[in-house]
Amino acid sequence: MADELILLDVHVSMFGMRVRVALAEKGIEYEYREENLANKSPLLLEMNPVHKKIPVLIHNGKPISESLIIVQYIDEVWKDKSPLLPSDPYQRAQARFWADFVDKKIFDAGRRIWTRKGEEQEAAKKEFIDALKLLEGELGEKAYFVSKSIAKLVAWAKRCMEKESVSKSLADPKKVYEFVLMLKKKYGFE
Amino acid sequence: MAEELKLFRTWSSRYSLRVVNALKIKGLEYETILEDLQNKSASLLEYNPTHKKVPVLVHNGKPICESLLILEYIDETWKQHPLLPQDPYLKAMARFWAKFGDDKVLPSIWSVFISQGQEQEEAIALAAGNLKFLEELLKGKKFFGGETIGYLDLAFGWMANLISILEEIVDLKLVDRKIFPLLSEWMNSFSDDPVIKECWPPRNKMVEKFKAMREPYLKELHETEVMQFSLSS
Repeated sequence: MADELILLDVHVSMFGMRVRVALAEKGIEYEYREENLANKSPLLLEMNPVHKKIPVLIHNGKPISESLIIVQYIDEVWKDKSPLLPSDPYQRAQARFWADFVDKKIFDAGRRIWTRKGEEQEAAKKEFIDALKLLEGELGEKAYFVSKSIAKLVAWAKRCMEKESVSKSLADPKKVYEFVLMLKKKYGFE
Repeated sequence: MAEELKLFRTWSSRYSLRVVNALKIKGLEYETILEDLQNKSASLLEYNPTHKKVPVLVHNGKPICESLLILEYIDETWKQHPLLPQDPYLKAMARFWAKFGDDKVLPSIWSVFISQGQEQEEAIALAAGNLKFLEELLKGKKFFGGETIGYLDLAFGWMANLISILEEIVDLKLVDRKIFPLLSEWMNSFSDDPVIKECWPPRNKMVEKFKAMREPYLKELHETEVMQFSLSS
C-alpha cells in the first residue's frame, strides 16, 4: 500500500525547510501544501490544534508537528535510506543537543531582534551573535569527529544562518541588523 | 568494563528529578554530585559549557545535557524497562507532548504562581486550557506511558510534585478533581509509585524555597499599589 504524505508548510519557513530537506534526503514523495498564515486552512487547524503552526507532516492521516520531531520521525520510519541521525546513542544525543540549541538560542534571539526595540533588541542582537559564535566554534572543532549525518542535521542551520546574516563575517553585526531590518519591513513587524 | 555514571544535579531541580527517576527505573548505579547553582563546580562548567545547567549525566567521561535528551540517551543505551514507545508515531507523540509540557504548561502554571488579580485570572484560564490537553491524553490510561510509567510521565513528573506546593502557597486550586479527574488520579498514582516516592525532594523545604521565589513578585505588586495610592491621594 502506498504511503500518503502531505506537508503543510510555508515556503520561507526555516522550520519547514528542515522537513523538506529531510524528505529530499530520503527521496520520499509527498504532497506539498502552501499555507497562508493569515488564513489558516481547516486542515491545519484540525491537524495541529495545539499550536496551529506549520510545518505539519500528515502520514496516512496521522499528523506530526514540531520540525525536529518530524525530522526524527522521518528518520525512524524510513530508516533504510540516508540516515539523518547517527546510530550511536551518544552522537545522537549530541546532534539533538545542537539542534535544540539552534532552536532555543538562535531562532529565539533572532525573532526578538525582529520584533523588539531598544534595549531588548540590543540584548537579543548580542545573544544572537554570541550563539552563532558558539555554534561556529563547536562545529569547527567537532567537524573533524562528527559523522556526515550529524553534519546534515546541523549544517542546514549554518546555511540558513549564513543566508540570514548576508555577510560571512560574524564580527559584522551591522550587516545582520540591516538585513533583519529589511526582513522586518517586508513581514510587517514595525 | 564497569560503567561509570555520574549525575550533576541539585536537591530540588525538577529536570534533574526526571533523570534520577529514569536511572532508578532502569536499575542503574551512579554517583551523585550535588551542585549549588550560586557556586557552580568547575566540573559542571566543564561538562556543560554551553548552558552551565543541571542536570548533566556523564557516562564514561562523556557528558549529556538537557533532561529530555538525557532520558532518550538512557533509553537507547540501556534497553531494560523501555521508557519510550517503539512505534515511531507514538514516539513522536511522546516527544511532542513532553515539549508542550516544558514550553507551554510549565510557564503557564508559573504565571499563575507569580501574578495577582486580573493578571492571575487570565493566567489561570491559560493554564487550565493547557491542562485540558493533558486530561484528554490520559483517557483510558493509568499513566501517560500506558500501564507503567514511561518517558512522558517522567517529563510531566514535576506536576505531581510541584503543583500542590504552588497551590498551597497561593491558596488556589489549579488541578480541581472535578474538572481534571484523570490528571488528579495520575498525580496520585505517579507520586505513590515506590520508585518515584523514594526520590521526592522534602516537601517542607520545597514550600520554603518557592515561597521565597514568589517574594520579589509580591513586593513588586505592593510597590505598584503603594505608588498608585500615593498618586491618587
